[in-house]
Parts: sequence; C-alpha cells; structure tokens
Amino acid sequence: MSTLLAAAGPLEPAARSYLSPTGQEVVFLLVGVLVLGAAVVSVTTRRLVHAALWLVVALGGLAVEFLLLTAEFVAWVQVLVYLGSVIVLVLFGLMLTRAPIGRSPDADSGNRPAALAVGLASAATLVTLVVDAFRSSWIDLSGAAGTTRVTGEYLFSHWVLPFEALSVLLLAALIGAIVLSRTQGGRARPRAGKLRTAPTKPKER
Amino acid sequence: MNLLDTLLRCVGTLVAFLVLPLVVGQAEHKVMAHMQGRLGPMYAGGFHGWAQLVADGVKFVQKENIVPAGADRKVFQLAPAVALLPYLLVLLVIPVGPDGMVGQVVDAGIFFVLAVMGVGVLGALMAGWASANKFSLLGALRTAAQLMSYELPMLLAAASVAMAAGTVSLPGIVDAFHWWWVPWQLIGAFVFFTAGLAELQRPPFDMPVADSEIIFGAYTEYTGLRFALFLLSEYAGIVVLCGLTSVLFLGGWHGPLEDDLGWLWTLVKTFALAFVVLWLRVTYPRLREDQLMRFAWTVLIPLALAQLALTGIIKVAIS
Amino acid sequence: MHLAYPAVLAVLLFSVGVYGVLARRNVILVLMSVELMLNAVNLNLVAFDVWLRDTLHAGQALTLFTITIAAAEIGLGLAIVLLVYRTRRTAAVDEVTALGDRHEADGQGADDQGADDHEAADAAKEQAAA
Repeated sequence: MSTLLAAAGPLEPAARSYLSPTGQEVVFLLVGVLVLGAAVVSVTTRRLVHAALWLVVALGGLAVEFLLLTAEFVAWVQVLVYLGSVIVLVLFGLMLTRAPIGRSPDADSGNRPAALAVGLASAATLVTLVVDAFRSSWIDLSGAAGTTRVTGEYLFSHWVLPFEALSVLLLAALIGAIVLSRTQGGRARPRAGKLRTAPTKPKER
Repeated sequence: MNLLDTLLRCVGTLVAFLVLPLVVGQAEHKVMAHMQGRLGPMYAGGFHGWAQLVADGVKFVQKENIVPAGADRKVFQLAPAVALLPYLLVLLVIPVGPDGMVGQVVDAGIFFVLAVMGVGVLGALMAGWASANKFSLLGALRTAAQLMSYELPMLLAAASVAMAAGTVSLPGIVDAFHWWWVPWQLIGAFVFFTAGLAELQRPPFDMPVADSEIIFGAYTEYTGLRFALFLLSEYAGIVVLCGLTSVLFLGGWHGPLEDDLGWLWTLVKTFALAFVVLWLRVTYPRLREDQLMRFAWTVLIPLALAQLALTGIIKVAIS
Repeated sequence: MHLAYPAVLAVLLFSVGVYGVLARRNVILVLMSVELMLNAVNLNLVAFDVWLRDTLHAGQALTLFTITIAAAEIGLGLAIVLLVYRTRRTAAVDEVTALGDRHEADGQGADDQGADDHEAADAAKEQAAA
C-alpha cells in the first residue's frame, strides 16, 4: 500500500490551485452538473417514464466522465450495458406495469421529508469528509490507463478467477429470471383476445 | 490532427449520412419494382424518376406535424432524433479507405459501434410509449424485445472477428484481413448480417411494424417530417449495417488497386450488401413474433457460439 | 485533474440515490435509484484507480464487475417486479407487505379495498398540503 501511495500523485498541500482549472476539469464540471441535475430530476419527477429517460442522461453523462478519466473501455461498457440494456429493461418494466402518460400520484411514498433529511445528511457528511481528505490530491491523466488492450491484459492476467465467478453468477441470474417469469402449468395462460402483459422472453446478457 | 482536418472529416461524414441513405431508398424503389415486374417511380426528375425521394422529402416537409392530444409531447417530439443520431455517430467511425480514410479513429471501434447502435432502441420505445396508442405501445415492446434478443448474437459474431484480428479497432481489423477469412468467418458473417437485419426491423423481421397486425408499430402516430426522420434512420441503418458487415467480414477496402480505389471497394461491397437487404424484402414473408424470438435464441446464438469456438481453435492452431 | 471533483460528484450522486431509494414508492423507480448509487460507486472506483496508478487496475476491473452485476440485478429485479404485478396488480413497495402465494393473493379483495382507501387518504392529504 505504501508503494502504491508513493506512486500516486503529489500529496503536498496546495500543489494545484482550484482557481485555474484545466480544460478537462472545466468539461468534467459541466458534465458533472448535467449528470447531477439529471439524477435529481430522475428521482423527483412524478412522470415514471420521464424518470427513466432522465436516468439515461445521467448514465450517459457518467460515460463521458469515464472518458475524461481516460477509462475508455469502461465508458463503452457503460454505454453498452446501461444505456443499451438496463435502461431498456427498466422502460420495458415501466411499460408492462402500465406507466401512465402524465403524472402518477403514487410515485412517491409518504416518507419524502425523512428521505430528504437522510439524503442531505449523507451528502453533507460525505462531502465534508471527501473534501477534507482529498482536497490537495491531483490525478495525473497523462498516459492512457484504460484502453482496450490494457483492460484485456489486466482482466485476463490478474482477474481471471473473479471473471469466471461472474460468469457463473450471470448464468444463475439468467436461470433465475427464466424461472421467475415462466407462467406455471397453464393456470395463468393468457386467454385469446386478452392483452398479454407477461414478457415473452427474459432478456439477459 | 488539426482543426480543419477534423472539420472536413465531420462534414464528409455528414454528407455521406445525408446522401447514402437516399441512394439506398431510391434503389429500394427501383429494385423492388423491377423484381415485381413493375417500373417504379418514372416521372419525378425526368430520368427514371431519380428525384423521387427528393419529391417525397418535399412532401413530408409540407405535411402538418401532428402530435396526438393524449401524447406526451416532449418525448414524442424527441423520439425521432434519438432514433436517428446513433447511426450518425456510428457512421463517423466506419473506415472507408486505407491510411485514415475514416471520420474518427476510435480505439475500441467495434465496441463503440455496437454500444451506440444499442441506444437507438430507446427512440422506438420513446415513440411507442409517448404516442398514447395501444398499437404503438405494442410495437415499441416488440421492437425492444427484438433488439435486445438480436444484440447478443450480433455482439458474439463481432467478437469472433475481433478475436481473429487480435484487435477491436475497425481499421485494424481491415488491415489484418486475408482472403481466407471469408470462408473462415462465414457463419459469423451470416449471424451478424441476419441479426443486423432484425435490429433494423427489415423484412422478414419486421414484426414491430407489421401493418396487418399493429398498423405501423411505434411509428403509427407520426406524420410529416418526424415520420421522414424515422424512415431516414431505417435507411441509414441499412447503410451502417452493410458498411459494418463489409468492413468486418468482407475486407473493407481490400481488392484490386486498393491503394487508389480502396474507398470505391468499400462502397461497392456496401451497396452489394444493401442490394441483398432489398432482395430479401421482396423474397421472404414476415416471420411470426414467437418464431422470431425462437430464431434468435435457438439458431443464431448457438451458431455464433460455434463460430466463436471455431475462430478460437483455428487461431490457436495457426499461431 | 483534482481528485476532489470526481469524489464529490460521486458522493452527491450517491446521496441522490439514497434519497430516491427512500422516497420512491414504485419498485422500478427504487431500482433506478439503486442504479444511481451503483454508478456513483463506479465513478469513485475509476477515479481512484486512475489516481493510484494501480498496476492491477483493481478499480476499473471492479467497475466492470459492478456493471455486470448491476445488469444481472436489474434483470432479476424486474422479473420479480413483473411477477408481483401479475399477481397483485400493483408495483408499489408499501403495498406488498404480506407474504403468501397466489391462493391467498386471489382472495385479497378486502385488502385491496383497504389499500385503495389508504391511497385515497394519502392523495387527499397531499392535496391538502399543496
């Protein structure tokens, strides 16, 4: 750990000024504001499908942030998995549970004030902690750290076992989803002329 | 790479994005007509109706843009852009010729292409839900299910090529191409092309827009320019799919005189494949929804996995 | 780039996610908030990975794993939500309080009525507050 820290960026105080941001920092901040705003709208809006679409903006913005942090491969995986699959699944779920157009009155539960208090408290605590701890840390972004070649090398040289374990987990999730979404023995078979609300196939990857 | 160069590449991509889909659309009119023993458009523009699509465009622009009363206006109006823009981004990274004849080199080319193409499905989902129409919603759900199912074999087939080439960069793959890759990757090419057809909802995989069942699927309520944008995204999708297939499986710019005429080879291969797409539309009837799903999960995915295994074995054998 | 920027952004996103999980009533919206929290963690992992210049690239590898697990989680979660919706006709977390399978669920007309009343009372309360 000490070698890791020694290899990291300079830790001395006030190594860099916050008042003269680099170009990357400016872009990062602007995209960050967009991500945060989209996330806030996503958890507060009462239109269900709009919430999912704002989540698309937030997660897409995060992919841009990953690109800015030179983690290129992670960024594309984020786009592929989150925007291409997770959000589509979420929208699928919202539509199958009859998300109405317009506001739905039951989107929020009664404990919004408590939730707001907890959220603000956690934000205040963690921001104080993080700012205090990493005020003077500087990320050196020179030298690409996350190209596909680098990712492939570390993933298949150091992380093979977790990778394989993950494939087993995915298989389990696949089977679980199939089992869950099967209709059992004709009891719940859709009648002719009735709109079928069950998904035809579970989609997994 | 200076600013002028970047600008020039972007403008070039934009021009290609605006011209090539129209060429495919016009070809669809004429090819379909001749295969069915008709002449197709003959009047617009004079010579064999070459300006038919321009006339169509003018007509679409003149039409009123109707938003249904019960619709979610913003989402409804935004949906065509979400459906169209991913194809523009993808076109930016497809290489057409050697020595950097590409809009923008992306290190993880295949990955970028497939990731961004996956975003296009959001457009159809948004359109179908926001239309406040039962048939639109059904069409959107069918689209989403179809695209999610067919993305998997497409990714696996593309992974096989990436494995063969040892890189995921699109120009890198074309550079590594040899002629014997064509028989080697034949199954992969079939899977990729078929899955791509399904992603574009082209016949015989056009259940999401099956007019005899659900009118026009997610696009039922659209009129005028917005409808034209959806049509344009379909044709742009054909260009992108055929371009990708020719780059990944048919060697892109490789051919006689490739140093001078490499870009022409890419275009020729792309349009030959586009012709096949139109041909399939005229030839085959539409599949049923459950047949479509079964085809993806029981035929294409096992085939793609077999191709992946074959690629691995041969790759190990020759290295 | 200052490490504080990604770290603070991640913290704020996480808090937004916490608020969403606690405040939302629709299960799918709760799942979406969980995704936000996971993404905040991902941003932290990537930022600290780049900062530490880790030779194992633990941060980015774990980010990839988190994304995969999140995909599995949302798939299973939605399967469960759809199953609940099919049997109970609701996707609200606070209405699914009783354990039991379909036979009991079929005869829950009285319960449903009670839930509806409760809901109506809630809505009235909110309107009064607004």
